[in-house]
Amino acid sequence: MTIPVEALMRKKETFDRGEDRRALLDPRAELLKLEEQGEIVVQKIQGDVVTAPTKFGLEKRIQKGHLWHHKSCGQCGHIPGYSTSIFWIMRKLGYDYHDPKDQTSCTAWNYYASATSNSAAQAAVAVRNFAAAAETGYFPLIHCGTSYGHYKEVREELIHHPQLRAEVRDVMSKLGKELVFPEELVHYSEWLYAMRDEIAALQIRDVSAVKVTVHPACHYYKLVEGDAIFDPDVYGGQRTAVVTGLAQRLGADVRDYSTWFDCCGFGFRHILVQRDFTRSFATQRKIEVMKEEADPDVVLTHDTGCVTTLDKSQFAAKAHDRNVGVAVMSEAQFAALAMGAHPYKVCQLHWHSADYRPMLEKMGIDWELAWAEFQEALKKLDSGEKRFLDWDDVDE
Amino acid sequence: MTETATSHYKRPDVAGYAEVPYAEKERLFSEVKEDMRFSDYLYGCYECGICVAACPSARFYDFSPRRIAQAAAREDVELIYQQMQEDIWECSQCFSCLRCPRGNNPGGIITIMREVAINNGLASAKQAMEGYSRIIYKIMSTGTQVSPDMLQADAFPDWGPETADVSANLDLWRRALPSETMHTTNTGWDVADKTLVELYLIWFHTGALDMIEEIDQGLHAILQEVMEECLEDEGIEL
Repeated sequence: MTIPVEALMRKKETFDRGEDRRALLDPRAELLKLEEQGEIVVQKIQGDVVTAPTKFGLEKRIQKGHLWHHKSCGQCGHIPGYSTSIFWIMRKLGYDYHDPKDQTSCTAWNYYASATSNSAAQAAVAVRNFAAAAETGYFPLIHCGTSYGHYKEVREELIHHPQLRAEVRDVMSKLGKELVFPEELVHYSEWLYAMRDEIAALQIRDVSAVKVTVHPACHYYKLVEGDAIFDPDVYGGQRTAVVTGLAQRLGADVRDYSTWFDCCGFGFRHILVQRDFTRSFATQRKIEVMKEEADPDVVLTHDTGCVTTLDKSQFAAKAHDRNVGVAVMSEAQFAALAMGAHPYKVCQLHWHSADYRPMLEKMGIDWELAWAEFQEALKKLDSGEKRFLDWDDVDE
Repeated sequence: MTETATSHYKRPDVAGYAEVPYAEKERLFSEVKEDMRFSDYLYGCYECGICVAACPSARFYDFSPRRIAQAAAREDVELIYQQMQEDIWECSQCFSCLRCPRGNNPGGIITIMREVAINNGLASAKQAMEGYSRIIYKIMSTGTQVSPDMLQADAFPDWGPETADVSANLDLWRRALPSETMHTTNTGWDVADKTLVELYLIWFHTGALDMIEEIDQGLHAILQEVMEECLEDEGIEL
């Protein structure tokens, strides 16, 4: 067909971006400008801060303590050891935090799966959570990669579209809240990366024998790419440094593979209602390639969907004699194990599917003994001695 | 572009979805273009194919993010309509296509196209939602997308025997979690009632609830009842 030239020319008139991506506006500065104009309220970073470089050179400031944990529904629901490991590490390092009930999911998993929402609703959900965080005085730390990526997109939309700000302000006023946004959006893997020296200082298990491959999560570094940590000391600054930087700092044998840029195959709707695609992609483009090229003991990643997809997709593939069989977990669980966390009481590895036991053995962990310890702890619940296990129980 | 130039698109009798007048296709595309994000997502196309090379869905489906960007740039409403009835639900929404050197966001264009498909009750949208309603119900009514009690062997038979283990021990294993907000089995964590009320008000005031009505009236009726009851308890009248 003939391309209607007038369509392309009209498009040209709407261009609204710098010729150089690195010239994009600093979202932090834009938020502060909006605050000066009385349009929004910015929750400021407080206390001790670590700075880290982002893709195009802007510095990101990461607050060390007094953090409001924006939990992940997929992690809490299906991979609970992911969340508990983050909490456990923070407790071990001695930083206080708030684990809120006044928090909803970002709802972005559903949005990317079904589109049964819209920009205003998505922004309002984000701002409601941020307003709830600001009310407590704790600064948001976002557990889910999709929440983090989606909130970065929401931030861009709020900065660039006054009508969206007006609509969200109107909705917030009906809730008795203001349009609040945090000065920085921080993903937990950025916090772990920033704290890697403090984590390594408390390391008690040798992980140098553990072969690791890293799956960087799409929604962490592909959405609003400029606001993701890239460090010249990790991959020469050519890939995001989170996860890998921590694994290297812990002394793991981090190995490379060719399909690192590929997504895991999660697909948002596919993992729930079209899993033939998810299983095929996860095994053929990720797990089998890693096995062939790097022979890892464990795949470390930093997002909810990636852990689920790469872990759960291997069972069916194994039935077809595919070259699979690699443990999958978050780098939070891996770091917690290195710091001495219990594999079941803290890291909750019994919720995982791919066999993680050979990796535990390489860390010097007697998993049979650990499982017996977990069963013993459960007796406290069975006998009625306790209704719930708590943080003291898991370190016994 | 006229109706006589459509011979290279699928014939209506094999398309699997209703043919509509050209003006209707134009109207649907105008809704896509009117979205405030559209001008940020499309700048033209070098035809380099980098987006296709990076795309997971392109490897397993007859799907191409390049065709999405090109059809939108050309304002090819016939092809765009066909894509809204077929292609858009294959996208993984991973946004690997943001690797585009031109700065396009084909995945973002698809997000908008999906929204328009939902808002207009297109057949593809209704088909895509089959089997998915319980997820929408979960997220909109509880504030968390997935819950521990979804992990049942018959729902995830391909996830291995561990799923059955989790299901069999669910209450006990949840109570063994040291995080005090995570002892729940029907939500990811314990969401406060006040928080749910605020979430319902967001769905109501932003039109998200209306979108559900367009695509699934039964689900909409259930959600509305649940939410109205909750809001009434809080003394809130809409």
